[in-house]
Amino acid sequence: MKIFRFVLAVLLFSLSVNVLAQPASEAEIEARAKEIGRSLRCVVCQNQSIDESDAPLAADMRTLVRERLRAGDSNVQITQFMRERYGDFVLLKPPLQRNTYILWFAPAAVLGGVFIWYGLRSRRKRAGSAFTPLSSAAQKRFDALMDEDKKIR
Amino acid sequence: MKFTLKGLLPLLVFIAIGTAFAVGLTKDPRQLPPQLIDRPFPVFSLPALDDAQRMVDESLLLGRVSLVNVFGSWCVACEFEHPVLMKLAAQGEVFLLGIDWRDTRENAQIWLARRGNPYGEIVFDEHSKLAVDLGVTGAPETFIVDKKGQIRYKHIGPMSDEIWTDVLRPLVQNLESEP
Repeated sequence: MKIFRFVLAVLLFSLSVNVLAQPASEAEIEARAKEIGRSLRCVVCQNQSIDESDAPLAADMRTLVRERLRAGDSNVQITQFMRERYGDFVLLKPPLQRNTYILWFAPAAVLGGVFIWYGLRSRRKRAGSAFTPLSSAAQKRFDALMDEDKKIR
Repeated sequence: MKFTLKGLLPLLVFIAIGTAFAVGLTKDPRQLPPQLIDRPFPVFSLPALDDAQRMVDESLLLGRVSLVNVFGSWCVACEFEHPVLMKLAAQGEVFLLGIDWRDTRENAQIWLARRGNPYGEIVFDEHSKLAVDLGVTGAPETFIVDKKGQIRYKHIGPMSDEIWTDVLRPLVQNLESEP
């Protein structure tokens, strides 16, 4: 058990050292730059990401993203960097914050509302159509009629 | 005929959508929220346009009110505002810093030689380094920077005589009286 623990500690340690010491490989930077580029809006053409846009500014922004990745910035730091300069607008996916609650939750709320309304309505309908039991006099008369019917057959 | 809430529902939905559009469509999607207002001018170190060896940084904005103008020889709208800048330069009311953005030195110098150079200093921002730090989305853009080096106003698009006299000049005069 002790040996297992020791091995685990060594493994974890080497893992963390790897993450800290090794500069990100070019392939990794490329992949992360793509990922970030797809999430940032090209502020010139507006409905394209900087990854797909041909605008010169988008090209410069792509270069900038790669430079910052090489310098060791995290993806979040880079997105934050762009947000400080261009505002939330630069993010293609709106962040979840107070002024976007309506945007994020309205569809679910409307859908939920419709479900609840529909459920209540159908329940009310079912309750309305349920038959009321016969009064005892009526029941007696009904039984008599049924007996008579049987005799005739 | 009975008026019920249910019957009014389509009308209410129409009014709601109509109001949303009426407000939303009057907003220009190109006008991005200016992030940098009342924040210090970004730190930069870029070569001057006339001399690649001479580096210019943000310290030249300190101690005076400046008008920072992003332009380029490729920029058509810049030609429109250029006479306004020339007039400002002649009056000497404010220090003009030009940012020559995504340009070649040669083209920029020809452009300025032909039309005149209104700028007190021009930095050469070939790869949008300073432009991105300023949140620039297109040229021309104009910033007013106070004596402490803080951005106080941003104007997107070409500057006209009216914009200078009605908006920018009062602001500049105000900032002049600040310590």
